[in-house]
Amino acid sequence: MNLVGHYSYWMTILLMVAGLYIVVARSNLIKKLIGLGIFQTSVYLLYIAPGKLIGGTAPIVSEQFAVYSNPLPHVLILTAIVVGVATLALGLALVVRIHEEYGSIEEDAILEIDQHTAAVQGQDGQPS
Amino acid sequence: MILDHLPALQVVVPLLAAPLIVLLRSGRLGWLIATAVSWTGLVIAVLLFLRVQDAGTISYAMGSWAPPWGIEYRVDALSSYVLVLVSLLAAVVLPYARLSIAAEVPSDRHYLLYAMFALCLCGLLGITITGDAFNVFVFLEISSLSGYVLIALGRDRRALRSAFQYLIMGTIGATFYVIGVGLLYLMTGTLNLADMATRLGAVQEVRPVLAALAFITVGLSLKIALFPLHIWLPGAYAYAPSAVSAFMAGTVTKVSVYVLLRFMFGIFGVRLVLPGLPLLEILTLLSAVAMVVASLVALLERDLKRLLAYSSVAQIGYITLGLGLGNVDGMTASVVHLFNHGVTKTALFMLVGGIVLRTGSCQLDALAGLARRMPVTCFGVVLAGLSLIGVPGTAGFITKWHLVLSALQAGQWWIVVVIAASSLLAAAYVWRFVEIAYLRAAPTGAASREEAPLQLLVPAWLLVAACIYFGFDTSFSLAGARDAAVMLLEGMR
Repeated sequence: MNLVGHYSYWMTILLMVAGLYIVVARSNLIKKLIGLGIFQTSVYLLYIAPGKLIGGTAPIVSEQFAVYSNPLPHVLILTAIVVGVATLALGLALVVRIHEEYGSIEEDAILEIDQHTAAVQGQDGQPS
Repeated sequence: MILDHLPALQVVVPLLAAPLIVLLRSGRLGWLIATAVSWTGLVIAVLLFLRVQDAGTISYAMGSWAPPWGIEYRVDALSSYVLVLVSLLAAVVLPYARLSIAAEVPSDRHYLLYAMFALCLCGLLGITITGDAFNVFVFLEISSLSGYVLIALGRDRRALRSAFQYLIMGTIGATFYVIGVGLLYLMTGTLNLADMATRLGAVQEVRPVLAALAFITVGLSLKIALFPLHIWLPGAYAYAPSAVSAFMAGTVTKVSVYVLLRFMFGIFGVRLVLPGLPLLEILTLLSAVAMVVASLVALLERDLKRLLAYSSVAQIGYITLGLGLGNVDGMTASVVHLFNHGVTKTALFMLVGGIVLRTGSCQLDALAGLARRMPVTCFGVVLAGLSLIGVPGTAGFITKWHLVLSALQAGQWWIVVVIAASSLLAAAYVWRFVEIAYLRAAPTGAASREEAPLQLLVPAWLLVAACIYFGFDTSFSLAGARDAAVMLLEGMR
């Protein structure tokens, strides 16, 4: 196994797992979004790294160049970055709204508030 | 000729409508434009469906870049069928939406809601029509991001929490999908789905392909809300504005099932690539568990919208069950249930939207004696409920009949038992509504006779009528589904 040669893959896997772990393990909504961002970024690496050939140039047809890198992954990931930015922006906007309504951005606290409200409503609904 | 560009117009029209609605900044105009767009979409989808019936698969090169290099839009028996379903539901829900949305969402946000609705429609149609794996991801995210916004516009603050949870789970799902596609791209060097299917046969190394299959299946299962990855669904459907629940319940999960079908049968050709991997068996088992467990949870719910949402999880089980059985009848049942369940569940959510408008609540306890107050709405819920149970003479029965046939063909008797048990549970949770609405006395001081406005009733009853109609005349729903099933299974040989 070529450990150093596969450096980019190891980094991809590390980022991927770390990001996913943060999303699952953290209760703070902002930290969850940070984890989600790291997770998505790892995929950018997964696409771009294999597209690069050592010594390869941009695909310009010319007699001077014989080895070309694949430009397509870059274009794809440009789109994926836009998607990632949009997701992050929307996620943060939602967190702002959640903070306005609940006064907290901790998932546990929010769940507790909801359960409390549901219990109170349940008691009100019973007598009728 | 404009007819040659129908596949592009199907997606481009709603895509252009969204920014136009935002620029006009008027809720009323926004609604008019969105409705016009959805009707145009329905006309285009029906025209495409008819052309595919006549002349076979349509391949459209986007921007005249020839596939497999350019992005190909591909309309075949399966995608034209799903296009008709999605655009039909949008065309019925939007006329309904105006009054319902006016009652549930502050008026300064109406134009944004309709813009998001148009974007969501664009994304769903795009996923269905495109023949390019990465393009599927882009449209998946367009429909999901606009979907999160639509859900967050619900008036209950729990809508925000649900939208956030859906955003996290949905993004993980989409990212898993894109990882899988990346691995496939590494192995085949192409993103065109048809091209990928041919090149995958020549790939020697099986492990990356297996990893890709795993990532794509799990990612899409999150989007489908396949048990046990369904926890985002009940909150999202329960707290979204009623019109949004109705549209999303009928379309979002269905379109994801469509993508899974495409990948499993169109590209991987399950049996060919995977000797010894019990993917279909796992799918069958999870579906069976979903059908029973989710129905049980629905039985215990106190909120009518949450009850319907859990019922959706169970019904998604029917869809994936037919897929797991893997023969023509099972596949037909899956595809026809995309349509039947889409129509049934949208009808139910629309009727419940009317109930919420009049009573201000969808807690079951608050609905005692509702049948005297809103007889037409309640009767509609009962009829659509019968289709949910699968009583003969309703659309739901057609699905169950083919599922049972398929299970017997596959020699799996226990599945017949599970289907029967799940139907009984469905009957029980529909009965809960009947018992409360028809048999309990109304609380004193309740309004006497207050039916939902016609603008809500007519579209909802149109779909209720469809639930019954497609239980008798199956020349569109069943024949279309069978064509699609045969086409998918040919991909496996």
